[in-house]
Amino acid sequence: MNKPSQRTAADMAPEQKVKFYQKGTFTVGNRLVDADSRNVQSSMDRSNAITSGHRACQGCGEALGARYALDTAMRVTGGKMMAANATGCLEVFTTPYPETSWQMPWMHSLFGNAPAVASGMQAAMKAKGKTDTRIIAQGGDGGTVDIGFGCLSGMFERNDDVLYICYDNEAYMNTGVQRSGATPGGARTATTMPTDADHPGNVFGTGKNLPRIAMAHNIPYVATASVAYLQDLEAKVEKAMSFKGARYIHVYVPCPLGWGCASNATISLARLVVETGMFPLFEAEHGAVTSTRPIRQRVPIEQYLKPQRRFAHLFKSPQGQEAIEKLQAMCDRNIKDYDLLRETEETPA
Amino acid sequence: MLKQLEGSHAVAEAIALCRPEVICVYPISPQTHIVEHCGELVRKGEMGNCEYMNVESEFAALSACIGSSACGARTYTATASQGLLYMAEAVYNASGLGLPIVMTVANRAIGAPINIWNDHTDSMSMRDAGWIQLFAETNQEALDLHIQAFKIAERLSQPVMVCMDGFILTHAYERVDMPTQEQVDQFLPPFQAQQVLDPVNPYSIGAMVGPEAFTEVRYLAHEKQLQALDVIPEIASEFKEIFGRDSGGLIREYETEGADTIIVTLGSVAGTVKDTVDEMRAAGKKIGVVTVGSFRPFPSAQLREAVKNAKQVVVLEKSFALGFGGVVANNIMMSLQGTGIHVHTVVAGLGGRPITMPSLHKLFEKALADELEDMQFLDLQWDIVNAELARQRAQINSGPVAESILKNIQVDTAYGGAASHAAT
Ligand SMILES: Cc1ncc(C[n+]2csc(CCOP(=O)(O)OP(=O)(O)O)c2C)c(N)n1
Ligand code: SF4
Ligand SMILES: [Mg+2]
Repeated sequence: MNKPSQRTAADMAPEQKVKFYQKGTFTVGNRLVDADSRNVQSSMDRSNAITSGHRACQGCGEALGARYALDTAMRVTGGKMMAANATGCLEVFTTPYPETSWQMPWMHSLFGNAPAVASGMQAAMKAKGKTDTRIIAQGGDGGTVDIGFGCLSGMFERNDDVLYICYDNEAYMNTGVQRSGATPGGARTATTMPTDADHPGNVFGTGKNLPRIAMAHNIPYVATASVAYLQDLEAKVEKAMSFKGARYIHVYVPCPLGWGCASNATISLARLVVETGMFPLFEAEHGAVTSTRPIRQRVPIEQYLKPQRRFAHLFKSPQGQEAIEKLQAMCDRNIKDYDLLRETEETPA
Repeated sequence: MLKQLEGSHAVAEAIALCRPEVICVYPISPQTHIVEHCGELVRKGEMGNCEYMNVESEFAALSACIGSSACGARTYTATASQGLLYMAEAVYNASGLGLPIVMTVANRAIGAPINIWNDHTDSMSMRDAGWIQLFAETNQEALDLHIQAFKIAERLSQPVMVCMDGFILTHAYERVDMPTQEQVDQFLPPFQAQQVLDPVNPYSIGAMVGPEAFTEVRYLAHEKQLQALDVIPEIASEFKEIFGRDSGGLIREYETEGADTIIVTLGSVAGTVKDTVDEMRAAGKKIGVVTVGSFRPFPSAQLREAVKNAKQVVVLEKSFALGFGGVVANNIMMSLQGTGIHVHTVVAGLGGRPITMPSLHKLFEKALADELEDMQFLDLQWDIVNAELARQRAQINSGPVAESILKNIQVDTAYGGAASHAAT
């Protein structure tokens, strides 16, 4: 099994006190809002795609994201759906035989082929005249932006009736936190160690902006989401399921183990990444952006970086400072490109 | 119905008769004509609801087959050479998952140097992947084997590879007896999957298995291969009942009665070997032929029985395990362990080099005279090999081997001419 060892976990995650509520967030408990604004998970008869008992780490953003995404898909399809899963944490922590958390037809084939497996599944459904059974493919950032990229682009280009969901924790977590094409500049991973001041973590390239690449295929629907905004994620999955053809949702999912952050920092980091402008939340239809989520309280990038050990070295050298400036510049650029600081009447969920 | 058809078209028509539901394709010579014709038949509406998918790589082609087969759809693809290697990970995965996919391999060499012509290196590289591997001798047999392949695959819930020699069979026009739809329907019932993804009865396919059960799971996959040793001949005889001809099966014997020397081979070269043997038999020589129809599972017991009265076996194969010797021969040696029958390995026909009757005559005469080496390369040009070895010894920066050999060789226009406009 490829799970990172306990030693690394202990090494990276700071000790933490258990808290029963979250400070400094806009989260309102389900019981305090109107029944129709409550999220699906609070309903007694909610769908249940991934049942409890799986082996994800405490605070795993991927487990949270997958659960909300698939429960929503399950609800809107009336359970008529099945999924192809790439190798990775999600696959491993939900299964080893004879156990499985999946309460829906689920298949794991390989690391790099989930989009193609899903294409084959939808072809079979077409041939059998059962197109009301919908197909979902899912994988981590490595399985999506790197090794599965060719298959994903093929699935998009053919406009196969598949919703692909990428759970982005910005590294190869299942094999012990190595760099992927989605790892941000400056980040420490097991293959981008900040050995000295001249090597401040991951290199800066142009990045691989998969939501944008997906849009370039002119597919019906593309969206980004973050596990800090679960109702937004649910709404986007629901919207995605209303389209036929290839659809893509990129979900930002913090990984406490790989990032060296506290287990209870998952939601706050998933919010900070949006509020800094680092990860813009938007939707696009047929290649054009149709909605963006404005930033309510602009936050400097340091606030997002500091709770994560993977960025700790950046605060210790001038080269690290340069990296922080580059990251801030990326946020500024996103804020401008997506007009994230616009005046708005909207009160996002 | 008798038809004069290109081998590839005959196979495509046979596939159509099997009512596949999903066909996933990615082109590579010499498989192209098969998948092109399948596409044409789908577009003309001659394959019912069949979904024909043009995908972006062989890896995607077989992966899509995995998805579709797991949904209970009868699924087909075809490839060759580099394409088979490109999908290697999915080849093992399909059999590990027990999915009855049928795939044609239009046998072709593997580069470098890139070479589009026929040998068996491609499918042999996947011999341990858990697929059933059937080898066709003629176009008629290629056609028939595809119809049988779906039945074998679905009965065992294991994938089947039908290997047919690239160009030699795929591109040859021959007369074939094309079955009717009624016959094929009578022979091949609709696909009933052993496991199927279905929201009504959801389960998880392809999860991890640890050391506590992995050996047992692998053994059971081997057990499927052992069962295939019964199923393949059974289905060949069911085929004969409906279609009236012998096709398929584990091995085929030719003039083995009273033969001291038996040539064992597989694929289309069996025709040339049999012609040579006919001439030698006419001259009173005690020589016979056994053709291997199923390379996986390997029919060890049947082979042992077929050659038990011979003194020596000459394995003529278009594959080569570098650093060791013959691939097929190795399997045969293992099968004949303890019998005292001497096994010779002859590697021949690599990268499309013709295997001619004069060369075979010389080879077989040498065998009959007890002068054949244990390991032999048919028509290997030793002068060229030795000259190149000498050059490499003399010069450290000796450059690309293949280039310098070709500079020194008198290129036969039959190869050089074809190479200049080969579709790779
Ligand atoms: C072809 C292949 N290469 C490498 C691996 C090893 N591997 C398995 S999971 C994994 C990392 C997965 O990373 P990601 O897709 O980001 O998912 P995560 O575990 O982070 O959720 C790797 C490298 C593999 N299983 N198959
Ligand atoms: S390593 Fe990260 S992604 Fe994997 S289970 Fe743990 S928290 Fe989740
Ligand atoms: Mg990852």
